[in-house]
Amino acid sequence: MNSIAYRAEQTFAAPHAHGGGGVGRTMFLVQAALVPATLFGFWLYGWPAFFLWSITLASALVCEFMCLRLMGRANAKQTLFDGSALLTGWLLAMTLPPWSPWWIGALGAFIAIVIGKQVFGGLGQNVFNPAMVARVALLISFPLQLTTWVTPLPLTAATAPGFLDGLRITLGELPLPDAMTSASLLGYAKTELSRGADLFGAFAAEAAPRLSWLGTRPGSLGESAAPLILLGGLFLLALRAIRWHAPLGVLVGVLLPAVLAHSIAPGKFLGAEAHLFSGALLLGAFFIATDYVTSPNTDTGQFIFGLGVGLLTWIIRTLGGYPEGVAFAILFMNAMTPILDRYLRPRILGRTRSGAPLQSVAIPEKKG
Amino acid sequence: MNPSVKTLVRDGLWDNNVVFAQMLALCPAMAVTTSGANGLGMGLATTAVLVTSNVLIALIRRFVSPDVRIPVFIVLIASLVTVVDMALNAWLHELYKVLGLFIALIVVNCAILGRAEAFASRNGALASFVDGLAMGIGFTFALVVIGLIREALGSGTLFAQASQLLGAQFAFLEIRLHNHGGALLMILPPGAFAVLGFLLAGKRVLEARLAARKKSSATAAPPESAPSAGT
Repeated sequence: MNSIAYRAEQTFAAPHAHGGGGVGRTMFLVQAALVPATLFGFWLYGWPAFFLWSITLASALVCEFMCLRLMGRANAKQTLFDGSALLTGWLLAMTLPPWSPWWIGALGAFIAIVIGKQVFGGLGQNVFNPAMVARVALLISFPLQLTTWVTPLPLTAATAPGFLDGLRITLGELPLPDAMTSASLLGYAKTELSRGADLFGAFAAEAAPRLSWLGTRPGSLGESAAPLILLGGLFLLALRAIRWHAPLGVLVGVLLPAVLAHSIAPGKFLGAEAHLFSGALLLGAFFIATDYVTSPNTDTGQFIFGLGVGLLTWIIRTLGGYPEGVAFAILFMNAMTPILDRYLRPRILGRTRSGAPLQSVAIPEKKG
Repeated sequence: MNPSVKTLVRDGLWDNNVVFAQMLALCPAMAVTTSGANGLGMGLATTAVLVTSNVLIALIRRFVSPDVRIPVFIVLIASLVTVVDMALNAWLHELYKVLGLFIALIVVNCAILGRAEAFASRNGALASFVDGLAMGIGFTFALVVIGLIREALGSGTLFAQASQLLGAQFAFLEIRLHNHGGALLMILPPGAFAVLGFLLAGKRVLEARLAARKKSSATAAPPESAPSAGT
């Protein structure tokens, strides 16, 4: 029932072996995989991004501590530092506009940890991915702050805000310069399409955001450094912290309709590249759709889960009211997870798929 | 057989509160509580129906055979709701536009049929009157609390448009807490679920604390020299 990391010496009875891993190790690996993209984001968006990230993570820890305290958990200290709250805060920070005011991060961490996770009973019990719950709640509640993207202003640039100015931006005392705010690629495409313009004209315009593999464009920390996110995902795959089924499902789910629609009407639908490197797609595919708690248990289930996330993302981005849909798609598929798990049960050892005992290994009866 | 007035009032307001304890009538409790004034209006309309239906059902309870009692109760409640519906439409038209469909839905409000079945059909008219009033005020209290919390978090006001409901002399109730707008989510249905959930949890914590305090004071009262009270 509880989600403590079972240690090797806690595993009893003969045929079981323990890999020596645990919640803490997995959380540490995922965080390690996020480091390159995060550092790149700090460089790209400067001090405000760093402050927002710190505030989000600190708030997540404080909320987790308060919840564990209120619930009277015996192993509160161990649970608090197993890294799960830290990772939730980190993932949430990766999806926020980097220059958001501090209270966006703090409130988001509260929603993620308290309403998204602990209300359900803590790690392992939550139905929905906590970071995505917070992201969606914030987007619905504060559409202005959550869609105010800034053009990158690297830390090394002369005009970048210094340490104190960065702090003042995060604290909301320094208004953002208008020249810096800019639409994200998906948002721009959505606005132009809803005006009736076609994408050829829209992207020929001077002010149009450019797609950049290196991420030097407006976006969140988890959106900018697509190659680094991909690298982190491959790192997790190589260490077997995640399996490939869900990420592949997400990518196929988005790319298939994107390629088809773009080849039929390139003026009306964004191409595969724009979908792949925009928004939270790569972050969602490798870091969020692979969440152990809220995705199906079986490989097939995870692939279908990923496929659903990808398809829904494409549908929401293309037909929906919001320019970006990864978070909504993941929440929707989280809700489908129990159904997927019900119909895609793993075969029980020694039994057929229908549950009957295997006959082939039955001991032949003696004649007589 | 005859419960005291004090028990009835206590039950209706707190111990057996329609929303916070019986968990009935959650549809209006969540759907119309986007502001304190809406909650108050809905609560008062429901109270009016509840009190009259309770009294009427208590009066006719000896003439209605058990086999047909539910249809009879429903017809009675439906007539009363129609009266309230038309009255609101005539005299409080602004509120009527906000509450709209939910007034008609008071007919199927389980709290009303629940009180008719559980209380009014077994007790006298006076006791039923007190019970209906206490339950109705308890329901109104719950709706106003949920509405005020959602309004404060969602739009930064308290009792906005209360003067439309209560008359111009109550305009002083309308308070603007801040001008930053609010979290839109709290006005939307998820906000209602979250607020109700936290209120229910809060009520349980409060009751557990009170019970613990009562127990410890009861065990501490006898002048025994026990080294420590059993925990």
